[in-house]
Order: sequence, then structure tokens, then C-alpha cells
Amino acid sequence: MTDTTSTVRRLPDRLDNPFRSALLSWESLLVLVAIGIFVANSIASPYFLNAWSLSDMTFNFTEKALIALAMALVIITGEIDLSVASIIALASTLMGLVLNAFGAPTPVLVLVGILTGLACGAFNGFLVTVLKLPSIVVTIGTMSLFRGIAFIILGDQSFGGYPRDFAWFGQGYVFWVISFELVLFLVAAVIFYVLLHRTNFGRRVFAIGNNATAAQFSGVRVDRIKFVLFCLTGLMSGIAAVLLTARLGSTRPSIAQGFELDVITMVVLGGVSILGGAGSIIGVVLAALIIGLVTFGLGLLNVPGIVMSIFTGTLLIVVIALPILWRMWKEKRA
Amino acid sequence: MTRLFRNREIWLALAIIAVIVLVTWRFSRFSQPSNLLTILNDTSILMMLALGQMVVILTRSIDLSMASNLALTGMIVAMVNAAFPMIPIPFLIAGCIIVGGALGAFNGILVWKLDIPPIVVTLGTLTIFRGLVFVISGGAWVNAAQMSPDFIQLQRGSLIGLPILTWFAIVVAALFFVLMTRTPMGRSFYAIGVNPTASVYTGINVGRTKFLAFVISGAVSGLCGYLWISRYVIASVEVASGYELTIIAACVIGGVSIAGGIGTVAGALLGALFLGVVNNALPVIGVSPFWQMAISGAAILIAVVLNARGETRKGRIILKKAEVAA
Repeated sequence: MTDTTSTVRRLPDRLDNPFRSALLSWESLLVLVAIGIFVANSIASPYFLNAWSLSDMTFNFTEKALIALAMALVIITGEIDLSVASIIALASTLMGLVLNAFGAPTPVLVLVGILTGLACGAFNGFLVTVLKLPSIVVTIGTMSLFRGIAFIILGDQSFGGYPRDFAWFGQGYVFWVISFELVLFLVAAVIFYVLLHRTNFGRRVFAIGNNATAAQFSGVRVDRIKFVLFCLTGLMSGIAAVLLTARLGSTRPSIAQGFELDVITMVVLGGVSILGGAGSIIGVVLAALIIGLVTFGLGLLNVPGIVMSIFTGTLLIVVIALPILWRMWKEKRA
Repeated sequence: MTRLFRNREIWLALAIIAVIVLVTWRFSRFSQPSNLLTILNDTSILMMLALGQMVVILTRSIDLSMASNLALTGMIVAMVNAAFPMIPIPFLIAGCIIVGGALGAFNGILVWKLDIPPIVVTLGTLTIFRGLVFVISGGAWVNAAQMSPDFIQLQRGSLIGLPILTWFAIVVAALFFVLMTRTPMGRSFYAIGVNPTASVYTGINVGRTKFLAFVISGAVSGLCGYLWISRYVIASVEVASGYELTIIAACVIGGVSIAGGIGTVAGALLGALFLGVVNNALPVIGVSPFWQMAISGAAILIAVVLNARGETRKGRIILKKAEVAA
């Protein structure tokens, strides 16, 4: 898991030519892929190119992408959080429980969802930083644990009957056709961009990923930052739980099953190195958009969901492999 | 004596016995030999999968695609059996091992030749293999009526008092034991997990060894594809969905270090058995199946906490370049 060999995240670039290296950056590759899929979609389906379709498309990825923003930071530090989907399930279940037991109003529901996410994230962070356990194992454990608690509470039941103003979080539109979810995602993306690329905190995140020991010796509080990041993924999962529950209008313990792998796919496709130390928020946003475009385009063509997974899986491997093959080819020629 | 009790396999065995004793206290029939055999039989598939996963984890890799590989191979063998019932079962089993091994080799090639991190490769193939199950089956099920009687009955037979499925697990475990403790290949799995750089200098081809680990985990998944389908007599897209994490959990509980290099055949077997015993015990003592997930989650966390104390951190890495060169 902790091999040092990696050139996955960058296309081979020439440092002496900034224009050329910008052109060959991971993000520009993603933009090309996105444009290609967009064009293919518009040709393949006459229903693709209209404002409402495109707006609907965003629902395919906004919830997962919100978590991917925080997950990117966790993965840049060399850790991983596999429990995010289970956090959604637990947060959503507790919201349903509070609603059905006390008839709680919308603000309380939202608060319950977000705080549950935060608490779950803090629990992960505690296990990883205080007890010094490997995050991949911890979060496999909490993945079962959190969803297990949701199953204990709900069994095979489901909760519904959410108030109308609560549904707005998942179904409402802010500017005519732009959904609240999308606006929230864009705002969050800007916040995370500034956090990662424009603050000392962000620089420390990269420092930890490149060499945690060196970062520790240069005065970075490695454990504290990792703890904060796990809380942040938990928080974003809590927010995603609010949006998803509001959009679906009901809670089941099997909600969001398999989301964790989609979120990690977005992060890795976005050029974040799974080994830590490299990545960008812009890449993650582009990757989320690509996955949204792919699933929506295939949906318009009536491709079943399980077959879409072949496309996303292949996309993941091919996009990661392309620069490596390119490099090998160049080396062979030189 | 103190050394004996520092051994984690002993602790795990004691934990399993403790669970059995506790349940027997409430329900005496639980520890009857026939019931214990049933549990062993129920856990056989998980045991084999955990062994395959262990080899991969030892080399500091991870195989998330095992359950999807199992589902795909299982669907292929079920469809072949439904279409050509005259093909003898041993051929089908050999075919499963080859198909599974080939799928594993696909993972291995990407890890070896392109140097893509295993977690990314197998995350991709996890979804690809699962999608292919749908593509080849068109979303349809293969059910008991379509399978030939031999296909279903083989593992229900018994030999010297043990079910055939258990014998499969015993043979696979014995093979793994010999492989891991008596062959250079087994030692090289440990070596590259403990220190890849040093392994390069001792002449081990790190990339190829990882490739072989993936072929092994793939072949085991393929074999289990047949066993799973013929046991539950239904092949569908949903087979073993989400099971990849149970396999990893069995390894972790069994003391296989996710950082590579640490783990034993006995540990992986006991880890799987622990999950099997707990899952069989819960319904017996009247705990609803909904608790199952939470309890296995808690068991994983406790096991990791105990693991972490026993492990020594790996030494310094002086020559990182050598790894890259490998």
C-alpha cells in the first residue's frame, strides 16, 4: 500500500517551458476528456443539449463530489476514508429517527445530519491519529460499524414523511434551473480550492503526504491536521446525507451503498495520487463532471447502471494508464 | 509458555473457543460436532478467499476485485453448465481456476508493467468485472433448474465424514501452507512486503512477484466462483456483492498487516473462522441479523487495535531508487 514508486499523477512535462507544461497537465487532459464526452453525448442523444437536462445531470455527481472534495485532502495526506457511504447511511437514519420520534423541524434535521457526520468523522480521526491505526483498516471497520448501527435502528424499515421545506435541499432550484445542490457544490469547491492551494493549511497537507516524518520535524502537527481532515470528510458526508435524503424523500439503511468507491474514483481520476503528496481540487471537480457526464449520457441511451460501471472503471484505468504508456513510448523512442 | 501466549493465532483460537463456549452456555446444541462442522463448511469459501487476499496484502498490495472476479467466473461457469451440461465438472473447475487466474493476471499486469497502484487498478476492475457479469448474462439469472445435477451435487457429497466443500478448503489451505513456508516464491512474498528495496538487491523481481500474487488471488476467486454458485444454486449480478471487504476483514482479524510482510496461513484461516463463528452464533442466541454488520465492524476495530500493538514498524529505507528501477 505504501510503495514509493509513482509517476501516476503527472503527464511528463518540461519544467523549462511553462506553456507546454500547462498544456500537458493532468487538468488539461481531463478537460479534453470532458469535452469529448460532452460532444459524444450531444451527438448520441437529441435530449442531451437543453438546460433542464444539463441541470438534471448535476444530480448524478454533486452529492458524491462534495465528499470527494474532502476525500482529496485525506488522500493527499496518504490516508483514505472508506466509511463515507456508511456515514451517509447513519446520518440519514438518525435524521429519520429524530423526525419520526419528535417531529423535528427542518433546521433540527439538518443539524442532526451534519453533526452525525462530524461525530463519525471525529471517531475515524481519533482511531487513526490517537491510536495510530492504518486508516484503510479503521475505515473498513467503521464502514461496517456505522452502517450496522443504521441497520440496528431501522432494520428492514424505511423512514419517510419529510417536511416539504426539507425536500428543498435535494430538489430545490436557486436560479431557475440551477439546483441548490450544484450551487452548494460550487461554493464548497471554491472553499476547498482556497483551503488546499492558497493557505498554509493546504501546504501542510501536501507536506504530510510527501513526507510525514519530515513534516513532523518541521513543526507540522501531523496528527492534528489528519484529525481535522477526517472530521471534514465526515462533515461533508453529513451534508451529502442531508441532500441525498431530501432528494429521495426517504431513509433506508442501504442508502448510498457503494458510494465510497465512486468518491475515490472521482478523486483518483482527478489526478490525486493514491500514495499521497499530489493532487488538485480543479482536477477533482473536472473528474466529478466527467463522471456525471458519462453516467448521464449513458442513462439517456438507456444503458443500465451496472453497465455504466464498466465505463467508469475503464475510464479510471485508461486515464491513469495513458500518461504512463505515453512516457514509456517516449522513452523507447529516445 | 509466555511466548506461546504472545502468539496471535493462539489468542484468536481462544477468542473463537470463547464465543463457542458462551453460546453453548445458552444453547447446548451449538457446540455439537455436526453444528461445528456446518459452521466450518459455511466458512470454507471465505477461508480460501482470505488466503488469496493474504498473499496480495503481504506484498503491500490489495485486491478489491476478488468478489467481482468470483461473480464473473461463477456466472461464466453457470452459463457454460446450463448450455453444455455434458461437460464434466472437473473440467469446469479447472476452467474456473484458469478464468479467475486470467482476470487476476489482468490486475497483475497493470500493477507490474504500468506501475499503477493496486488499489486503483482493482477499484477499476471491481466495477468492470461486475459490469461484465451483467453484459454476459443480460441481467438474467441462472437458477437451479438450469444447472446440471452433478454441478450442484458435487460439493454436497462427503468424504470421510467431511463435506466436499470443506475438503476443498483443506486442500487449498495445505497448498498455501506449503507455498508460503516451503518455497522460495512464498518467501519472496514476505520479503517484498517487509522491504521491497532489500528484496531487489537479493535478486527478487518485485513487479513479477506482485503479478504472481494477483494471479493466485484471481485463481482462488475463480475456484470460489464455482463453489459459491453451486452452493447457493443461483448465479446473478448480485452474487457476493460487497464481499471484498469481508475478505479483507478476515485477513485483518487474522493478523495480516495491511502494511505488508506480516501474516500467516493459520492467521488468515482463523480470521475467516472467527467471522464465520460470530455470524453463525448471532441468530442462535436470538440477536437479530441486523446486528451482524455492527458486530463484525466492532470486531475488525478491536482486532486492528490488538494488531497495532504487536507490529514493529518497518526499518529505514535507504535506497529508494532501487525500487523504482525494479
